[in-house]
Amino acid sequence: MTTASADAHGHHGDHGHDHPEHLAHHFDTLEQQFDSCKLGMWAFLLTEVLFFSGLFVAYATLRANNPEIFSLAASFLDTKWGAINTVVLLISSFTAAMSVRNAQLGETSKLKANLIITLLCAGAFMGIKYVEYSHKWHAGLLPPGLENSMFNPENPWVPEAAHHDIDYLKLQAEVNVMTPEERVHTMTTLGRFFGVYFFLTGLHGVHVLIGIGVITWVLFRANRGEFGPDNFTAVDLTALYWHLVDLVWIFLFPLLYLIA
Amino acid sequence: MVFLVIIPGIPAALGNFALPMMLGAKDVAYPKLNRFSYHLWLTGALFFVIALLTKGLDTGWTFYAPYSTSHSDSAVIWATMGAFILGFSSIFTGLNMLVTVHKMRPDGMTWFRMPLFIWAIYATAVIQILATPVIGIALLMLTIERALGVGIFDPALGGDPVLFEHIFWFYSHPAVYVMVLPAMGVVSELISNFSRKPIFGYRSIAFSSVAIAIFSFIVWGHHMFVSGQSDIVNVVFSALTFSVAVPSAIKVFNWVATLYKGSISLDTPMWYALAVIWLFGIGGLTGLWLGTLGTDIHLHDTYFVVAHFHFVMVGSAIFAFIGGIFYWWPKMFGVMYNECVAKLGCFLAFAGFNITFLPQFVAGSKGMPRRYFDYAPEFASYNYWSSIGAMVLGVGLSIALYSLVRSLMGERKVAPANPWGAVTLDWQCTSPPPPHNFDHAPPVEGPYDHELVRWKESLNGYEPVDPVDGDPNLARMGSAKTV
Ligand SMILES: [Cu+2]
Repeated sequence: MTTASADAHGHHGDHGHDHPEHLAHHFDTLEQQFDSCKLGMWAFLLTEVLFFSGLFVAYATLRANNPEIFSLAASFLDTKWGAINTVVLLISSFTAAMSVRNAQLGETSKLKANLIITLLCAGAFMGIKYVEYSHKWHAGLLPPGLENSMFNPENPWVPEAAHHDIDYLKLQAEVNVMTPEERVHTMTTLGRFFGVYFFLTGLHGVHVLIGIGVITWVLFRANRGEFGPDNFTAVDLTALYWHLVDLVWIFLFPLLYLIA
Repeated sequence: MVFLVIIPGIPAALGNFALPMMLGAKDVAYPKLNRFSYHLWLTGALFFVIALLTKGLDTGWTFYAPYSTSHSDSAVIWATMGAFILGFSSIFTGLNMLVTVHKMRPDGMTWFRMPLFIWAIYATAVIQILATPVIGIALLMLTIERALGVGIFDPALGGDPVLFEHIFWFYSHPAVYVMVLPAMGVVSELISNFSRKPIFGYRSIAFSSVAIAIFSFIVWGHHMFVSGQSDIVNVVFSALTFSVAVPSAIKVFNWVATLYKGSISLDTPMWYALAVIWLFGIGGLTGLWLGTLGTDIHLHDTYFVVAHFHFVMVGSAIFAFIGGIFYWWPKMFGVMYNECVAKLGCFLAFAGFNITFLPQFVAGSKGMPRRYFDYAPEFASYNYWSSIGAMVLGVGLSIALYSLVRSLMGERKVAPANPWGAVTLDWQCTSPPPPHNFDHAPPVEGPYDHELVRWKESLNGYEPVDPVDGDPNLARMGSAKTV
């Protein structure tokens, strides 16, 4: 197929030289191919931003309706883990950017090293997320529709060791001083916060997992020595995607963890 | 109809075929993404079929909360996930078209030499990229809400149902232009080529496509005049809505001006183009009733709205889509269809459409509500005529389909490279086109300079006149053929 299309080009002489190895049949030059891929990726990232924006609008609306309860809810999130995850992702963004540079210069071993560090950071991020999620799962800090949610309107869940569960005691201390109506309102709103929390971080987590998959694929290709000065598009676009994943987290961290 | 037919119809089906050729490119920028987008479409369609076969869907295409999240007993999640997947199919089509227009233009194809169909698809692509992700997340939120009871939209859980309406219409109003802009692009091609006249006001039509794309993002509130949003918001959205009428009217007036003193040949695609001008005229003007606050309160959720959007969505988008199919059919398959049968189909479809939907304007203005399975006895005669019209419409569309299928069977009537005398590049390659569209990169001239082609009897079609060597008189004779 490649030879056939190279022949076809030769006849009407769009370009004098041979068909470059990494050039798809329907492009005329490598530059055109790279520009097309890059523009497409930016457009795709734009769709990603808008995809998340719908959730941010929902978050803003729900928070504007009940600002105090949202900040009470945020106090149940662990700022320490959130901050560590922010640093982890920033480091991975840096190594992702470095890997593009390595690919452009054809430094395959450095490229591989940077990709591996990026992957390790992504793995660490998901590990920390797992610790946070499992803590909330056991504490019942969950969307109100779930059976083991503390905020389930019909049948609020009580942790087994309720008498020394810090989150549970803290919550009881907060709501015990309220009138019954206030109490119901506070509990459902808290549940909504955790619904939004799991939705936003979960969707972001899915993006991290996709990123791990793509970076692994790029690492395999780097291992085969595919990348060099005239072929680094895949690394470049993957890094762009990874920066977006990082950027979304940069917004999520303060909006969820730091409003307490 | 909305998610599976009208939205992908012209941009994905006709756009993928015609746009690279009209641009003079070998292919779209991402052929594989294109295929992926098609597979997504199939998957989304499958989800809808499953929804139909299991419990059906009783929320309408708008999926309003809290009915869809907490009360409906139908297969809402299959449908929302289907629409979610179709959304990504649409995004990838738009992305592909956008990059193709930006990066795949050959030398000589400047922005203002692009045919207006490409301008329309380009403006559509911008909307697809900017609006579709928002419906994606809205449907995802709805699905999660229904599955887990988060309380984002359901007021019983403390959520905000109007929030869903806002997010939904932020996409779904621009989506109206995803459906209609490509149709307008097709009509611009047809009107110019079958009038054998350069399109009147080329630049204003091109810019009006872009203007519609921009305006489409700031008018969504006109669907929510009775949702309880504030009066000031209502007034602002109403005023902004009227601004969309300006670029839409620019197009219609320019089409009519192109027809004026044109050398009009009434081939089947032109019948459809003229039908669209009529139907879009009615559909567009009745939109003004609905954009006006006072009248909208009266007409909201009545059959007037049903008639209005069918005139725009079916009357304009689907008729232009079918017209486009008849226009590019010779290019797609290298065969000509029977003009008489095709015209009969167009006439019956057009007549049937009007008989179906014109009475609904009256019924709606007299208060017949939409989304009920039954109606009060005083509306019987309107519904009677609508039913008759629907049958005529069905017969007309069946005949149109028959004429297309028939052309592929039995003794084929071979199509020339350029049966219509169009000057855009898609008519300079053979019918059907070779795998990479052009054996030689074609020279690029203005898209509507009809003196560049002349009629040739032996081809039974048109051939290019070399702009330097050719005899301009011959070209004029060619263009005078149908007078
Ligand atoms: Cu609208």
